[in-house]
Amino acid sequence: MADDRDREEIAVAEFHKKIKEAFEVFDHESNNTVDVREIGTIIRSLGCCPSEGDLHDLIAEIEEEEPTGYIRYEKFLPVMTEVLLERRYRPIPEDVLLRAFEVLDPAKRGFLTKEELIKYMTEEGEPFSQEEMEEMLSAAIDPESNSVHYKDYITMMVIDEN
Amino acid sequence: MGSGASNPHRFTFQNAEKAFKAAALIQRWFRRCMARLEMRRHCTWSIFQSIEYAGQQDQVKLHDFFSYLVDHFTPSSHNERDLLNRMFTEERSPQDPEMENCSDYESVQVPDSYTGPHLSFPLLREHAIALVEAFRLRQRLHARYVLNLLHEARKHLIQLPNINHVSTCYSEEITVCGDLHGQLDDLILIFYKNGLPSPERAYVFNGDFVDRGKDSVDVLMVLFAFMLVYPKEFHLNRGNHEDHAVNLRYGFTKEVMQKYKIHGKKILKILQDVFCWLPLATLVDEKVLILHGGVSDMTDLELLAKLDRHKIVSTLRYKTRKENKKQAEEKRKANQTGSAGSPSPWFLPQSRSLPSSPLRPSAHSAHRAGRSSSVPCSVPLDPKELSRRVRRSVDLELERCRQQAGVPVISEEEEPEPSASEADSDAQGRPEPSQEEWRQVVDILWSDPMAQEGCRANTVRGGGCYFGPNVTEALLQKYNLQLLIRSHECKPEGYEFCHGRKVLTIFSASNYYEVGSNRGAYVKLGPALIPHIVQFQANKATHTLTTRQRISRVEESALTALRAKLFAHSSDLLAEFKKHDQDNTGLIAPSDWAAAVESVLRLGLPWRLLRPQLVNSLPDDKLEYKSWLGTLAQKQPSHQNIQSSLLEVLYRNRSNLETIFRIIDSDHSGFISLDEFRQTWKLFSCHMKADVTDDCVCDLARSIDFNRDGRIDINEFLEAFRLVGQSCSKADGSACPGATSTNSGDCGRSGAHQ
Repeated sequence: MADDRDREEIAVAEFHKKIKEAFEVFDHESNNTVDVREIGTIIRSLGCCPSEGDLHDLIAEIEEEEPTGYIRYEKFLPVMTEVLLERRYRPIPEDVLLRAFEVLDPAKRGFLTKEELIKYMTEEGEPFSQEEMEEMLSAAIDPESNSVHYKDYITMMVIDEN
Repeated sequence: MGSGASNPHRFTFQNAEKAFKAAALIQRWFRRCMARLEMRRHCTWSIFQSIEYAGQQDQVKLHDFFSYLVDHFTPSSHNERDLLNRMFTEERSPQDPEMENCSDYESVQVPDSYTGPHLSFPLLREHAIALVEAFRLRQRLHARYVLNLLHEARKHLIQLPNINHVSTCYSEEITVCGDLHGQLDDLILIFYKNGLPSPERAYVFNGDFVDRGKDSVDVLMVLFAFMLVYPKEFHLNRGNHEDHAVNLRYGFTKEVMQKYKIHGKKILKILQDVFCWLPLATLVDEKVLILHGGVSDMTDLELLAKLDRHKIVSTLRYKTRKENKKQAEEKRKANQTGSAGSPSPWFLPQSRSLPSSPLRPSAHSAHRAGRSSSVPCSVPLDPKELSRRVRRSVDLELERCRQQAGVPVISEEEEPEPSASEADSDAQGRPEPSQEEWRQVVDILWSDPMAQEGCRANTVRGGGCYFGPNVTEALLQKYNLQLLIRSHECKPEGYEFCHGRKVLTIFSASNYYEVGSNRGAYVKLGPALIPHIVQFQANKATHTLTTRQRISRVEESALTALRAKLFAHSSDLLAEFKKHDQDNTGLIAPSDWAAAVESVLRLGLPWRLLRPQLVNSLPDDKLEYKSWLGTLAQKQPSHQNIQSSLLEVLYRNRSNLETIFRIIDSDHSGFISLDEFRQTWKLFSCHMKADVTDDCVCDLARSIDFNRDGRIDINEFLEAFRLVGQSCSKADGSACPGATSTNSGDCGRSGAHQ
């Protein structure tokens, strides 16, 4: 029991250091604030994988009452610590990701055409911006077949992550 | 669903929901990948900037070292005295009349075998264009033409005022370019994209044409050529790198000597003078001020317009000429430094001669300010405090070294009195600039904007200041201006607005740290003076890469440099790790690892974020630190003969060592004697408290003296240990052998072989 508490304290201390590090990368004016538009990047680079909706909720929690466009560290730290302690927004395992692609490819061809990918990504779920779409296409599309062999694509992205 | 594709399936409501969720999941995953990429990009940038910052601090250490020598070191032998004299005494620059009648270039013959471009004066547009083309084809301009061109350039520059007034009435548009740093590819790209200079197309190049890049000579020649062809439309501002003292450290001197073995010295001499004649600023339509660094709350444009800019030979030093012993004595008495005997070093920082800056000293953690380009003077410290501090830490060391080495004490010989003519000619030399004049120029060449209000000393660079939005506002109002355009700092996008869009930083050296690291940019101003930015990036290769690949590539370069830095501090890291491992398990927790690394390296980097790239163990696992340090060593070039601690010291101090060697090599021959090498090393390593035996150094020296002639080729020495970041370009244009790793050296930047 005492051990558990110690362990949690140590964990929290480590989380704080991690959070501070990530926050400081974007604290360009060195005044403990970051632009709200960078919060998503910070949270995701701390190991979390929130949806856009999750992100909006989080931001609502950490924003000032009168939104200034900036997030203060003092508000960010406790909220982010909770997120890490509760292990919220866990990253998506590879097999789950694969199944998601397979849902979009019921014929089990092993690939999606460029048009299909664009349609799903820009019309379904939490639609991509044009920039995001182009970014995905640039890496995912096999230029010869003009399609996405999603299993290979996933493998490539995952290797890169590590 | 069911678009034009030949998919006959119809989705039931359930399937539609499934598809929605699947898409959402994929998007969520993808956005995380992109975020992590973005973070890696930022971290990479931080690495480059912090290494550059650390390099600037090297210059501070160097000044400490020289200050110590000046203040406290008593040469105990003939040789030591000679060495110090070589270090501290600048060669006399020729008198102005000598420059005028410059038979300098006329005596230089161009052989029939020469296949490079020919220049004749007065220069015509065709000549300048042909020159660009010749350089593009990697031809070299003959020394005669270089000297001639510099001579003509000087003649033109002398007529110009300190602040060039330019109007958009004559040319319809003005294009302002920032730092080029010897990157010819970027200059060519700018001319290609924007058009060649012409009466309708005016250009302003805002300083830092040379150093770091490999084609500084070419860039400078092209710029001067167009300046002579279009004197009214082509304008150059001086940057902090248009300075012979800075060039010594950052590669331009070396490039000139390598490309012009016979006449290089002459070229460097005339360049020293030509740089002083470059205008300090350009003013467009009395509304847009263009200068290299920035401003301070003391910036006085009237004073700047009136001073004799030629007096400011280098912003790295206050003194302008070699003083004879008498003059030095008098000056020193006036300055109360209390040192005896030896002449005053010409490269010592301003702080030794000037009172401390009226600006508030910085309390801000400097290393997170993210400064990019070059070299400062020393940190403005009270000279007495500096002496005391240095003395405390080194005096005993040196004594110990001497005793160990068994150096006999030889009584000092009297320095021969300078001849009468020498004394006379020095007296006829230029008058010194006043402190205030000097400071004004340093401010505009070295300052950087900051986000916070106020104005404080730029401790990172050691000269100039950080100026806030209120300083900008005050200046603009005082002189009725609407925009300040400056350069001096590398920006990822090639440009950056700040201070409510009243200050524009423009930087034209793309891929500055590494291929793919940043874009370059230039800005166009029409009669309405609305800035229109154009970006570019020299290097087609990057265009075909995906964002991910581009970032990976730059990142790898940064990490290589970082690993080299870690390796250079292996002993200290080991000691620090052991402190966290009292039980001697050989393991260290991730958190402790990060703390230890930061306390040794002091780079202010996000080590926890970087850890996965540097350490090959699971994120939460403890690390076997000894074997990790071993893997770092493996990645560095191996030199079996060389003691590993020596190697460490070499790595850690490479840029200072290079600078010292080049200073000693006062005739720029590229060689120093074995003896000088050993002595220098001894002095330096004592001061740096390096744990290196004398034997080791002797072995090292002998192993470098490849042809056994008692001389060491400085360049070979540095390259043998991959101590230079940028590759040397040998006379025939071939690259250095084996330099595949890209070490971001302190005196250069990482540059992959193209």
